[in-house]
Amino acid sequence: MTTIRTSLAVGVPPDLRAPLDELLLSMADDEFVIGFSDSEWTGIAPLLEEDVAISSLAQDELGHAAALYALLAEVRADGRDADAIAYDRKPDEYRHARLLDHGRGDWAMTIARRYLYDTADGARLEGLAGSSFSPLRELVDKIRREERYHVMHATTWLERLAARDGEPRERLLAALDELAPDAATVFSPLAGETRLVENGVLAEPMSVLEARWRATITPSFVHLSLPMPPAAAHPDRGRTDHREPFSWLWTEFTSVRRSDPVATW
Amino acid sequence: MVTAAAASPGISAEAVAAALADVADPEIPAISIVDLGIVHRADVAAGRIEVELLPTFVGCPAIEAIRHAVSERLAMFGLPVEVSITFEVPWTSGRITTAGRARLRESGFAPPAEPEDVRCPYCSSPKVAMDSAFGPTLCRSLFYCRACRQPFESFKAV
Repeated sequence: MTTIRTSLAVGVPPDLRAPLDELLLSMADDEFVIGFSDSEWTGIAPLLEEDVAISSLAQDELGHAAALYALLAEVRADGRDADAIAYDRKPDEYRHARLLDHGRGDWAMTIARRYLYDTADGARLEGLAGSSFSPLRELVDKIRREERYHVMHATTWLERLAARDGEPRERLLAALDELAPDAATVFSPLAGETRLVENGVLAEPMSVLEARWRATITPSFVHLSLPMPPAAAHPDRGRTDHREPFSWLWTEFTSVRRSDPVATW
Repeated sequence: MVTAAAASPGISAEAVAAALADVADPEIPAISIVDLGIVHRADVAAGRIEVELLPTFVGCPAIEAIRHAVSERLAMFGLPVEVSITFEVPWTSGRITTAGRARLRESGFAPPAEPEDVRCPYCSSPKVAMDSAFGPTLCRSLFYCRACRQPFESFKAV
């Protein structure tokens, strides 16, 4: 994996290490898992253009994950690289949001998940845009420019499915219903978020970012007569208690690595 | 921006920059990495050449090929070459030079613009429609010109 030169010259204060580790890992795992889930559509998406689009989205997210894991490796400075963090963990050690644990599903499920995730990620990235941790602020600045296209894509499809009575709308409603208990899990509180906020790494606590997210998506949900996602059913387990489809995905995305852990590319 | 530092005898940062101007972008070979604006820094210091690149997209898969091409191109100077990537400043579509924008148009790519401002690179018509925000590479979108009925690609504005 490529070395990224960051401005991490002075190191991280010891008391910020664990909270920053937790934040970076949660963000990287989110991008990694949604990227891998979306790559399951490559070759079989409903339209040729969508095959290209969803594959590009997956490639973007895996690129973001790689950069975030590389930054985390630098913060940890324990000799383990981004690939080791990405691949050499047991399924219960991943810290992505449960929103991403529902399997690929149909196209409506993919769009519902993408819309909820992209808009939530947008609120989180906004909370990091002025971060005092400059390597993350720089990366977030770059990532936000790309995520704009992701939100455009998800919004177009959400509107298309919601506006068409019959099967498209029914499938979308079924997907939103299945995702509802986990819809807000991107904002599951982090153990160290108070420290992150005090030190200006993160602008506001996750609960405030969640309120911003809700304010952002409410007009669309009202306009399309879609049910707003409720509060997370178990926010304390929103990043730890993974659902069964993730076991399958983990087996898939670690299969090459497990077949030869010391291979070089 | 290419900055000059204290050069090693005989090799100037300008000479390095001039050499980089012939390294083509692997995904759009018509344009060089300098015209694309991805060379953030090229310095000669303490007997080594250091180059920093700005990826157009975070997940750009071409970046390794570009690093390799840069190392090969600069090998003629006989100094160790270190090529790294950085997000210290974001690559934006505004970094493409005027010459680079012209080269893109000549090659059938619309230079980056907001979707409503994209013009057909063949006939310059504004009567174009975006078919998909996502194209054959992360940095390109698919368009169709209703005036000359030509599909084309546009660099995404980021």
